[in-house]
Amino acid sequence: MYDILIIGTGITGTFLARTLARYELKLALVDKEDDIACGATMANSAIIHSGHDPKPGTLKARFNVRGNEMYEDICRELGVAFRRCGALVAACTAPEEAILDTLEQQAKERHIPVSRLSRPQALAREPRLSDHVTAALELPSTGIITPWEVAIALTEEAVMNGTQLFLESQVESIRVADTATDRSVSGRFFEVATCMKNGTRRILKARYVINAAGVHADRIYAMVSPIEQGKEKRFAITPRKGEYFVLDHEEPSLVSRVIYPVPSDRGKGVLAVPTIHHNLLIGPSSDFVADRDDLGNTAQALSYVRREAARIVKDIPFHKVIRNFAGLRPTGTTHDFIIEEAPDVPGFILTAAIESPGLTAAPAIAEYVTHTILAPKLTLTPRAHYRRRRPFLSLAELSPEEYNKKIRENPAFGRMVCRCEQITEAEILDAIHRPAGARTLKGVKKRCRPGMGRCQGGFCEPLITEILCRELSLTPQELLHIPKGGTSDENL
Amino acid sequence: MKTCELIIIGGGGAGMAAAIGAWKKGVRDILILEREEEPGGILLQCIHNGFGLHTFGEELTGPSYAERFLTQTQELGICIETGALVLHLHSDKTLSYISPASGYVSVQARAIILAMGCRERPRGAIGIPGTRPFGIWTAGTAQRYLNLDGILPGRRVFILGSGDIGLIMARRMTLEGAAVLGVAELLPYSNGLPRNQKQCLEDFGIPLYLSHTVTEIRGQDRLREVVVSRVDESHRPIPGTQKVFPADTLLLSVGLIPENSLSEEAGIALHPRTRGPVVDESFQTSLPGVFACGNVLHVHDLVDFVSAEGMAAGEAAARFLFDGSSQGRSLCAAPADETVGYVLPQTIHPDSIEASLELKFRVTGVFRNATLQILTDGIVTREIRKRVMIPAEMEKILLKKEELNQVKESITIRVAGNS
Repeated sequence: MYDILIIGTGITGTFLARTLARYELKLALVDKEDDIACGATMANSAIIHSGHDPKPGTLKARFNVRGNEMYEDICRELGVAFRRCGALVAACTAPEEAILDTLEQQAKERHIPVSRLSRPQALAREPRLSDHVTAALELPSTGIITPWEVAIALTEEAVMNGTQLFLESQVESIRVADTATDRSVSGRFFEVATCMKNGTRRILKARYVINAAGVHADRIYAMVSPIEQGKEKRFAITPRKGEYFVLDHEEPSLVSRVIYPVPSDRGKGVLAVPTIHHNLLIGPSSDFVADRDDLGNTAQALSYVRREAARIVKDIPFHKVIRNFAGLRPTGTTHDFIIEEAPDVPGFILTAAIESPGLTAAPAIAEYVTHTILAPKLTLTPRAHYRRRRPFLSLAELSPEEYNKKIRENPAFGRMVCRCEQITEAEILDAIHRPAGARTLKGVKKRCRPGMGRCQGGFCEPLITEILCRELSLTPQELLHIPKGGTSDENL
Repeated sequence: MKTCELIIIGGGGAGMAAAIGAWKKGVRDILILEREEEPGGILLQCIHNGFGLHTFGEELTGPSYAERFLTQTQELGICIETGALVLHLHSDKTLSYISPASGYVSVQARAIILAMGCRERPRGAIGIPGTRPFGIWTAGTAQRYLNLDGILPGRRVFILGSGDIGLIMARRMTLEGAAVLGVAELLPYSNGLPRNQKQCLEDFGIPLYLSHTVTEIRGQDRLREVVVSRVDESHRPIPGTQKVFPADTLLLSVGLIPENSLSEEAGIALHPRTRGPVVDESFQTSLPGVFACGNVLHVHDLVDFVSAEGMAAGEAAARFLFDGSSQGRSLCAAPADETVGYVLPQTIHPDSIEASLELKFRVTGVFRNATLQILTDGIVTREIRKRVMIPAEMEKILLKKEELNQVKESITIRVAGNS
């Protein structure tokens, strides 16, 4: 019996796991995918927003501001990157400048550092702002992270402190049970039935369940709160797709701060975002889609992104694009985060509709769920020997002497696998053999970046395939999802 | 810091030839840095034949061709350090590399030859819409999986782009038992060599769809379908022309890009069209004492020409080491209009040329029964009739020293009289 079972290894679920793992609790963390953070956390703008934007009185506003305060320290503790690069909100017309007034006022009320810039002042900070920009708001507290790196680090630490991680485990049903159904147990609990791709089924029992299932959160909730005729649905999730361009890294980067347009009813708009590794993100679009697995790029959305980005930043070198991607925001019908114990299902905690600024809000949401919702119900005894994770190996910042020492100790440090991002075999082995380590090509890429560069894995993918097969006794057919058999049509 | 007379970055077709060229002109302190475990570069995975007709008068496979050069370097006692990846290259001709055997090494060279080859354009660079499942590789990556690792990466294959590696892989995958459903080419003509179109597609009945491109990718874990559409003259897909192919594998052969991140770091001037360094007749880049040859300079059609260029660059580096740069007045060489994509070298020092200079260039379209015009300071001074010129083939013309002595500023080339 677990004290708490968390569904979803996105940024919300993993912050919850790590926050709760500090206490003597038995935790389970469940995800249907084969790695941590495969949903919205994998595909978003990677920004730690200042909190200037959400409407007053919303949970989004409250947890955004608190989350921004918390992030830097947590990233330091975890040994992951955080950069407080700052942001500009760029206005191009008089009506847009009026919105800057509102945002500035909102920021001041929330004690967020903010200043108003004239066009020349804004250009002095960001010379590549477009010719349309007439004024800007500067938000120095805005930061950037690598979202999946944070989620992976949080999971590692949770796992090191006893959390059990169940990947490739699709939740099929959740049943509310008690002594009447299972005499060995006293009191009320949940039976969460999971199924793996290979058919393995498990029943995980837990006193509390936290639903952090992102774009699937309403379906998970429906498992314990069936939709009945005449009953008003608490909420529904509609996936909202965002498509992006990733540009090759260059220094100095095109922009050194996050550049926002003035927000509209479609959201924060198309942004230009520097990343931790000096790439540039351009996006996202914003289109509601029906299919919750629809991560495809479309020609229309990408051309929309190009057009919109040109309004705020000029001469974007689109010939340096190395990748497109798309993510799905879990947009809720209530237009705000839903963070509560389900009114009709005691013990079932909702953290749903966590769209933007969810990445920023996640540590604050975890703090609130732990200390406000769960603390009165559970005994929170701090864990006696909380173990800290060791940061990912990174050779890029070593001095030649340190480098040499490492290679002498272990020749794998001298074996370069990814030439674009300069990743050695030692770093890849570390990514595989860590707690909650990589088991797939994408898993290696998420942990230590080979294949993120300009050749997009063209040279290094076969080498990493070989390493993964060797280290984990896998076959290339499994890793690359190579169809079995001949060329017949039997599977079509 | 360790020092070395001549360092060659890359031990493939260009780099080994450059070392041999330099050795033959008297340079002895030569170090080739090769990142793979074995020298030979991309030749090692090119197990098909067709290499060496110009150099050895016989058809060899890629590995056999590489072996001939490797044997020569070994006989000459030229040092090749394998598993050595250059991390940084600086404008003062110092570089640092790592290898499991030597660790982290910094070296000061008197001359450097860049021979890093090229890389393939990935999917992201051309922005194909759709999902991102497994089963989409550049043709060269699939070639490596198949020929070096013994992994057949898919069963039902579609190929986008008719570059030579794509055509070679169409045949290779067919021979290994996969079904190749077709090849789509955005342009109205193939980008591969005619012999590869014949031997790799026609001989196997693989359809080539000209003026077509992939407009959607479908599939979650693994590629399930590719949607291919006809394109108009501005390369825009024409609605209603979609064809759906049930492919589990899509190979991309959509262009090669010279691998110049080190050149960029050292501040070496690159040419926007070739995307390789700007060089003079001695293959010297904008950084004195740094030379470039092979696919890092411009993408070649035949490895024989890569070797010849490497040899010449090695000899030029030797001259630099013994005599220094001999400069004098300089001319520029360039396309006269858009019929020609680029001309190499871009700079010519006529006083340094002994007897003649080979200009290399590529045309930008298919030209039949056309006239190649060479213009001296803007005036046509020579015309050459050509039966056919295609973008897939590198063209060459020879300029005599006397001819160059007449030029004041520029030599330009164009194609006229296409029929």
